[in-house]
Order: sequence, then C-alpha cells, then structure tokens
Amino acid sequence: MRKKKITPYLFLLPSLIIIILFVYYPLIRNIEYSLFDWNIFSIAREFIGFQNYQHLFQDPVFFTALKNNILYAIFSVVFQVGGGLIVAAILEDKIFSRFSKIFRTVYFIPVLISTTIIGLLFTFIYEPQGMLNQLLTSIGLEEFAIGWLGNSTTAIYAVIGVSQWQNIGYIMMLFLVAIQRIPPTLYEAASLDGASKIQMFLRITVPAVKETMIVCLVITLSGAFLVFNEIFILTSGGPGNASAVLGMHLYNEAFIHGNMGYASTIANVIFVLTLFLALIQMKVFKTGKE
Amino acid sequence: MMKERTRNIKTQRVFSRLQIGLVFGFLLIYFVVIAYPLIWMVISSFKDTATIFGDTWGLPQEWKIGNYATAWDLGISSYFLNSVLVTTLTCFITVLISAFAAYALSRFEFKGKMFFFLLISAGLMFSPQVSLVPLYQLTQDLGIYNTYWALILPYVAFQIPLTVLLFRAHFLGIDKELEESAFLDGCTSMGVLFRIILPLSTPIVLTATVLISFFAWNEFMFSLVFLDDDSLKTIPTGLLAFRGAVSTNWGVMLAGLTISALPIVILFLLTQKYFISGLAEGGVKG
Repeated sequence: MRKKKITPYLFLLPSLIIIILFVYYPLIRNIEYSLFDWNIFSIAREFIGFQNYQHLFQDPVFFTALKNNILYAIFSVVFQVGGGLIVAAILEDKIFSRFSKIFRTVYFIPVLISTTIIGLLFTFIYEPQGMLNQLLTSIGLEEFAIGWLGNSTTAIYAVIGVSQWQNIGYIMMLFLVAIQRIPPTLYEAASLDGASKIQMFLRITVPAVKETMIVCLVITLSGAFLVFNEIFILTSGGPGNASAVLGMHLYNEAFIHGNMGYASTIANVIFVLTLFLALIQMKVFKTGKE
Repeated sequence: MMKERTRNIKTQRVFSRLQIGLVFGFLLIYFVVIAYPLIWMVISSFKDTATIFGDTWGLPQEWKIGNYATAWDLGISSYFLNSVLVTTLTCFITVLISAFAAYALSRFEFKGKMFFFLLISAGLMFSPQVSLVPLYQLTQDLGIYNTYWALILPYVAFQIPLTVLLFRAHFLGIDKELEESAFLDGCTSMGVLFRIILPLSTPIVLTATVLISFFAWNEFMFSLVFLDDDSLKTIPTGLLAFRGAVSTNWGVMLAGLTISALPIVILFLLTQKYFISGLAEGGVKG
C-alpha cells in the first residue's frame, strides 16, 4: 500500500481552514476587540486597555444579567438534571414499560421544536387573557392571574419555566440511555434482598449514571449561561432590564447600541464561564474512557 | 408469626399499588403539561382570533383550513425553502469534509496527527454565541454577510468537531483488509473512502446528518444577526418577521408555527433510533 505523504494533509485541509477561520480566529479577535473603545456607528477606534473590563463592574445591567443567568442555572439543574433523572428512572422501571415509549417520545418532542416556535406559542399562553390565566381563574386562583411577561418580578421566572418545559426531555433522554446500560441483574439481586424502589434508585441507578450526570450538569449549566433565544423572543430582556441575561446584554450592546468593544468584553466573560465548564467535561470524559 | 407476615406483605402490596398509581398519575400530568400546549397550537391554528380568545379550550366550530394557505403565502413558504436549502447544504458540506478529515485521522500516519486531531476536536468546547461580534465582522470582510453562506459556513465550522469525532471512532472500527486489497487493485485513497469506508458507515452518517439538520434547522442567533433581508431568513428568525406581518391574526400565526414545527418532529419520529444514538454519543454537546 503506497500513499503519498501529502495525502492526509489534503484530506484535513478543508476542515482545518473552516475551523480556523470560523472558530479559532474569531476567539482571538474577540480578545482584541475587547481592548478597544469601538462603536460601529463611528469610525473612531481607540485602544483603551482593560477599561471595558473595569466598566463591567459599574454596569448594573451586567449584574442583573449575571444574576438572571445564575437563577437560570439553579432552576435548570434542579428541574432538568434532577427532574430528568427521576423521570428517566421511572420510565425505565419494568412496571411502566408498556407506556414508556409513548411517554418518552412525547416528553422529548419539545426538544426538537425551535425555540422561536415554543417562545411564540408561550407568548399566547402567558397573555393576560391567555390559557394560563384562564386556567388559574377557573381553579380559583385569580389573584395569581397576572401579565406574566410584563411584570418585572415574574418575567424571568416565566421564561425559565418555558426553558424547563422544553428541555427536561433532552436530559431525560440522555439519562434513559445511561440507565439502559445498567445490568438488570443488579436490580434483580437488590429486589431479592427486599430493597425498595427508592433504595434501588439511590444505591444502584444514581451511582451507575454518575458520569452522565456530570455531563448533564455541564450541558445544563453552560446552556444556562448561553441562553438567548427564549429571552429575545419572550421578553427581549424586559420589562426594563428585569429579565436581561448575558447573551441578551451582549446582543443589545453590539447591535442596538453599536458598542462592539464592550460587547466583546461581555462575550469573553461568557467564554471564560463556558470554557471552564467544557474543561470539566473533557476531564470527565477522559477519565471515563480509561 | 406466619399470619403477621402475610398481612405485612398484603399491606405492602396495597401501599405499593397506591404508590404506583401516584407515580402513574404524575407521568400522566406531565404528559398533559407537555402535550396540551402543542395540541392546543394545532387545534387553534384552525380557528379565527375571536374564537381563540373567546373559546380557548374548545374545538373550532368551523375548521379554517385557509389559515394554512394564508400563512404559507405570507412568508412561511420562503422561510421554509431557505431553511431547507441552508440545512441541506450544511449537512452535505459538513459530512463530506468531516469524512475527509476523519479518513486522514484514522487511516494515515503523519506528522502532527495528534495536534490536528486535538485542534479539530477542541472546537467542541466553544459556543457559537461567544464569537458573535467577530463573526459578524468576518462575514462582512468576506463579503458573505446577508447571504446563505453567512449561515452555512459558520454552521459547518461548529458542526465539524463532533462529526469528525463520530466518524473517526467509526472508521477505526472498520476492518482494513478490504481496503488493502482495493489498493492492490489500484484504487485511489479517494476511491477507498467513497467505495468502501462510507458505504460501510451508513448508520453513523445518518446519525450525524440528523444531528446536523437539527442544529441547522433550529439555529437562531446567527440567522438573526448575519442576515438582513427578511427574504433570506430561515424559519427561526423568519417567524419573527411573520409575526409582524400577521400581527392580530392569531389563527394564521399558529398555523405558521405548526407548519414550521412539523418537519423536524416527523424526521424525529422516522429516525428516532439514529437520533437517540446520536444524542447519546454526542451528549458531549448541548
């Protein structure tokens, strides 16, 4: 078998060009941009060192956004990782095996649908006269029937709710695959020993899916710090900046106010947060493969 | 002693039946919470605005099939075609050049192999959102801003890492004997890739295609920022323009949402197996 030395490089070339140009080069430019005072509506571009980073600490919207991202993260971990695992464990139990397929297919469907569609659908549901408030009124909870998205206290929770509604199914599916890999004999032995379902869940299922759990934690946490679509569609960060998140703040600074330098600075904050999470995941995956 | 034991087992059974009932009830409620809004979307897409407001929960008295035609003509058709075009090209290019890269990384020995492998797979760690501003600038510098390529090329770039990882792992598992005899018969490297390796990799190619389509069909942020003309927009951002166009006609709006949601749901139902194995293997990326 004779192969020319240059052949593998030619095969790699297209991927390398595209990845370097569209993934790595922008990351470097991002760092560069963040050191400049650069507004897209003016030609002036002035080197200002780390002033954009100092500005972060005086920017109340940045802190609101960071707080909302953290809220997002807490809810996502509880509902998606916690809830997703419990639902997966229930669906994998023999007792429910007859219904399991239909349940898991339906639970998964929202994952497939674009956030725009889900977001627009929920603007109908959250309307002051919409489905949710009609439901609340009909069960005697009319004092809770408010304009969910227009209220600065509830707006962020309303959007977080939509995200949970949409994404639990995804994490559930990852757990389902992991649980299916657990040898059934483990459960049979435990059941002969008289272990209850809850004991089996805690002593067999949870330890066996530990690795998947870390992967899911990283996925939901980085999802929570990258969130943009739902916020953009449902509230655009409003009312005021009450439901702003880092992604929304980045978008507004860049494409509404034209502050490209400062927007890149916000992007770098998101970059550091998500890179940190990705590194954890890489480490877990490496140890998992040994 | 014996009696007490049977009674214990009996109460335990009753108790566990109650528990099973409760858990089943929970599954059902969760089912309704997920399914109802979607069913409501489909049913209401056949109503007019007044009925959607006035009779939120009921079936339409008159099924307004015309809502779908109106939605299609008011823009959905062009967003739909744009999405099909962008998704197809993204899939095709990503699969092709990822197969090249995975072939190099699984069948050749060369200097820097490990480095190139890491360079490509590390791409997984970076999220598209972070590069929004420089990519926006780059699309303008390259002259592709406000064209389909402003979406396709970045989509390809961000899908290559996972696709290469999936392909490489699969290629490494393919027996090399066939290829060696093909080489002896004078087959080129390219020929071996297309005539032997790829035909033996159909399931993984399908898995990758499903994952890439899912990403490209639903991507929002790039489509929002790198395109200016509404006529070029893909479904996720086109729907926002569509909302402006139909403003108060809710039935038409919901019809538009339903048409847009259908293809990927149908694709999923048809390819569930590949989809789930793809998610499991690619669980690397959210």
